[in-house]
Amino acid sequence: MAITAFTAASSAVDAPKRRSKVALFLLLPGLLYLALFFLVPLVSLVITSLQVPDPVVFGKYTAAFNIQMYGEVIGEYGTQILRSFFYALLATIFALLFSYPLAYFIGVKVRRWPILQGLMIVLVIAPFFISFLLRTLAWKSILSDDGVVVSALKGLSLLGTQDHFTGTPAAVVFGLTYNFIPFMCLPLYTTLERLDVRYLEAASDLYSRPFHTFRTVTLPLSLPGIVSGTLLTFIPAAGDYVNASSQFLGGSSSTMIGNVIQSNFLVQLNYPAAAALSIILMAIILVIVAVYVKRSGTDDLV
Amino acid sequence: MTTQEALALDLTLDTKRGRRPRAGRFGLGSLILPVYSALALIFLLIPIVYTIVFSFNDAVKTNVSWRGFTLNNWLRVCDAPGVCQAFGNSILIGVIATLIATVLGTMIAIALARYRFRFRAATNLLIFLPMATPEVVLGAGLAAQFLSAGIPKGIGTVILAHSMFCLSFVIVTVKARVAGLDPSLEEAGRDLYGSPAQVFLRVTFPLLLPGILAAALLSFSLSFDDFIITYFNSGSLQTFPTYIYTAATRGIPPQANVIASAVFILAIVIVVTAQVAGEKRRKRLMKQTAGV
Repeated sequence: MAITAFTAASSAVDAPKRRSKVALFLLLPGLLYLALFFLVPLVSLVITSLQVPDPVVFGKYTAAFNIQMYGEVIGEYGTQILRSFFYALLATIFALLFSYPLAYFIGVKVRRWPILQGLMIVLVIAPFFISFLLRTLAWKSILSDDGVVVSALKGLSLLGTQDHFTGTPAAVVFGLTYNFIPFMCLPLYTTLERLDVRYLEAASDLYSRPFHTFRTVTLPLSLPGIVSGTLLTFIPAAGDYVNASSQFLGGSSSTMIGNVIQSNFLVQLNYPAAAALSIILMAIILVIVAVYVKRSGTDDLV
Repeated sequence: MTTQEALALDLTLDTKRGRRPRAGRFGLGSLILPVYSALALIFLLIPIVYTIVFSFNDAVKTNVSWRGFTLNNWLRVCDAPGVCQAFGNSILIGVIATLIATVLGTMIAIALARYRFRFRAATNLLIFLPMATPEVVLGAGLAAQFLSAGIPKGIGTVILAHSMFCLSFVIVTVKARVAGLDPSLEEAGRDLYGSPAQVFLRVTFPLLLPGILAAALLSFSLSFDDFIITYFNSGSLQTFPTYIYTAATRGIPPQANVIASAVFILAIVIVVTAQVAGEKRRKRLMKQTAGV
């Protein structure tokens, strides 16, 4: 439900005028809270990632400057890191292709009927209101080997009798795509809803073919929505570990970086490795976001 | 009639005569988008319908295959061990975290929209970053911090974690509302000799209330459905999502579906009512303005 975070940017905010001590009183508690529970944890991740194991007690670590940990985890989990970003990229592309026509229809074509438009948007965000884990488990049952879909595909010989869908990389990408479609659809909808259709009419009056109009008018005008939607999908998808977990849609060949961090931290109690991987994940995401935001020209994100 | 008007009229008539007919207005082409959209919405709803349908399943051990319709799961929700406890924990955590995040977030949102101060760019960045950080990093970071500070994991650590990630979302939601607020209304309050406290309580706050409520609802739903950050910081405490995650290995009891379905139906009723009420109010306002 992070939509407002990225779309609120487009509503122009006038520069506030007053300077006052009140501002400090209003800001300080919340900013201290964020510093204490967002910034300090990042620092403790860095410190943890440099620790070395205690020679006596298992699961206990002592302060050190073991920078080699970063090399070790990249060597050991490089595949999972690359795989996470590849899956997230695929899920983002599929979610964009799936959502754009839907958002266009709701935002532009249904504009004349506001109640219908409102109800369709409720349907788009409806998945938010039911547990994310249960939705993913529902897909697992529907797509399982004795489920309707796989049996039908086998009946049509589109799948071999020995083939599976759940547990494969395709299933993980499918789950990621499904779960993040609303995050893609909503920002697209908010920009397309404000699209001035007179531009489209002008283009067709100038004898532009529909596809050409789409490419040169509609698409550039909806770019802010595309940027927000892709970020809102890509970031959580790259760090997700529920879809790829073997209890859900994944298997041993589809482990993502989130799974590795989780198992290192909570199962193997290898805190330094988990911390180093978290820092790597965060750093890569920040670089991607910074480059992407710079290139697409939407600066003010908050 | 000026030449421009004539030209405009001519162009309008031109389109009406249909010299450039819109391609396939009633043809196959105009059907593709509505049909696709309907199918897309159905696709989005499949797992929801599945979850609700299986809340009525007469399941014995696992709730995977359909074994017949029953109302027992709905009538005896708390029969499945731990499920109601987990649900209660989730509600409690959601309410407290929402209170903390809404109060702190509203204060920051007002400051951001109304005051000038140094370090604005740094403040914006500090608010934006938690939303751009993958949850697994937030979860692991907090867990590492609690570990090194020697704070035992439990309901307290989960509440602290949830308030943190809800805070940024509250700030952006409320800030949009403050920015859309007409400052002349507050000026009028001051002109009528209202003290700053009176102006805030009688003018600013009531106008901001819908935005604050929306932020609180968003915050509660984020907290209620959060799994990843919670799992890193909950220890042995079960929330509704961690309950489902641990139960997934041995099979989810249908009672979990009942709770999820009930929450879903309640949320949909709230959202649809708010939408319809908003639409009615808009129409009434338009009538009033037209009447004047």
